[in-house]
Amino acid sequence: MRGHAAGSKAPVWILSIIGLLVLWAVVAWYAQTRALPTPLQVLSAIYVEYQSGDLFFHTAATLARVAAAFVVAMVIGSAIGVALGRSQVLDHFFDPWVILFLNIPALVIIVLSYIWFGLSEAAAVGAVALNKIPNVVVTVREGAKAIEPGYSEMAAVFRFSRWKTLCHVILPQLQPYIAAATRSGIALIWKIVLVVELLGRSNGVGFQIHLYFQLFDVATILAYTLTFVLVMLLVEFLLLQPLEKRSRRWRPAHA
Amino acid sequence: MLEVDIKSMLFQSSDGGTLEALRDLKFRCESNSFTSIVGPSGCGKTTTLRCILGLESGYQGAITVSGQALMSGSTGGKVSAVFQEPLILPWRTVEKNVRLAMSSSDSSDDLDELFSELGLMDHRDFYPAELSLGLARRVGLARAFAVKPELLILDEPFVSLDDETAGRLRQLLRQVWSARACTALMVTHNLREAIELSDRILFYSSAPSRVVAQFDVTGAREHRDRAFIDAVRDEIEAAGLYHRSR
Repeated sequence: MRGHAAGSKAPVWILSIIGLLVLWAVVAWYAQTRALPTPLQVLSAIYVEYQSGDLFFHTAATLARVAAAFVVAMVIGSAIGVALGRSQVLDHFFDPWVILFLNIPALVIIVLSYIWFGLSEAAAVGAVALNKIPNVVVTVREGAKAIEPGYSEMAAVFRFSRWKTLCHVILPQLQPYIAAATRSGIALIWKIVLVVELLGRSNGVGFQIHLYFQLFDVATILAYTLTFVLVMLLVEFLLLQPLEKRSRRWRPAHA
Repeated sequence: MLEVDIKSMLFQSSDGGTLEALRDLKFRCESNSFTSIVGPSGCGKTTTLRCILGLESGYQGAITVSGQALMSGSTGGKVSAVFQEPLILPWRTVEKNVRLAMSSSDSSDDLDELFSELGLMDHRDFYPAELSLGLARRVGLARAFAVKPELLILDEPFVSLDDETAGRLRQLLRQVWSARACTALMVTHNLREAIELSDRILFYSSAPSRVVAQFDVTGAREHRDRAFIDAVRDEIEAAGLYHRSR
């Protein structure tokens, strides 16, 4: 069912993207300014950066930071989320903390992190993770509250080890919530990583965008942006969606 | 052998008051016997089972399995259970559900015999959502027996099934249980079911519950047909042990 729907969507998508490119090309052609390069100019900028090796180097640096910050945020955020979801006392006490951290602007956490911990890789990745952790906590906390006590009792009666209970009883119930946190997380994290790189790193897509901003080279800025968007789309389609499909395989087809 | 001696079991109700679920509850189940608990609804039958399974700890008294005291979470002998809801994990296959319950020392066990006895051979790789309730309950039975329990607890294992399916499952339970020595304790609201399967039936009072009467069913289980069950039921009702008023 779902595959069929996606199949019929593909031509529309291609048409839609071509339409956007044509619109961009027409506007850029009329404007005739360095501030808005044509799609072809961006493509050639991508090629130049690719030839020099810069494109791969900086994209890889950013991707590594995204991955590191993502893993740290998911692990710590899920652990806190489960703890708060399972214990009403902890939840009541720490709720104001969660709300506070949810509302601290990303920029403030990044600047403070650099001031307190220096312009290091750990400070950069830590700042990004810290921005994401409250979102993960809130989402996973809902999941932990929805855990079916019957399954936990079954696990107790059959003497499941803690590890077995976590892998086979708890995590499968949290999966939809973790998937939701992952979805919103990856998109948020890569945008924050760019800010971190702009402010205090000497490589990465954010650093390159800062550099070409000073040179007023919009074509190269767009070259990096589009490349990284493409990378994130590949992550979505080749990694996240297959993983989610696999973890949902037990659900009846209509769900 | 199971010995239950609960002096008192109190529940905190949501409005702050307390409710006594069990008082002076005392009974024992001989080794490899089948005992049923019958009584009015809401009388603490399930609570008794939860205490034995270590899921409730707020009682005064002692529960011993084969002479070893039961503490919540750890017991001497192996205890397993068939729950009111099947409680099989929807995200694991039938076979994985059964294997997860087994201890690591049994993990290489061949489950062919158990699965074929329960008619589950073709469903090993199914996910629970693909099973009918009757099949799901069979998986629950398979899991309970796969751990080779010393004590088997059954909490209304055939509830919400149609009569025919329930009857077939009772027959399966009888066969599988007879082939494997273990002490069984079942809660049911169905007196006929209790008569069909039990060596001894315990009758509960309403809350705070205790055992008010017991009845030993004699005769080979294989020969307990409809007429036999009707006769025993009439005998029990004539003795005033149980009333079919509800």
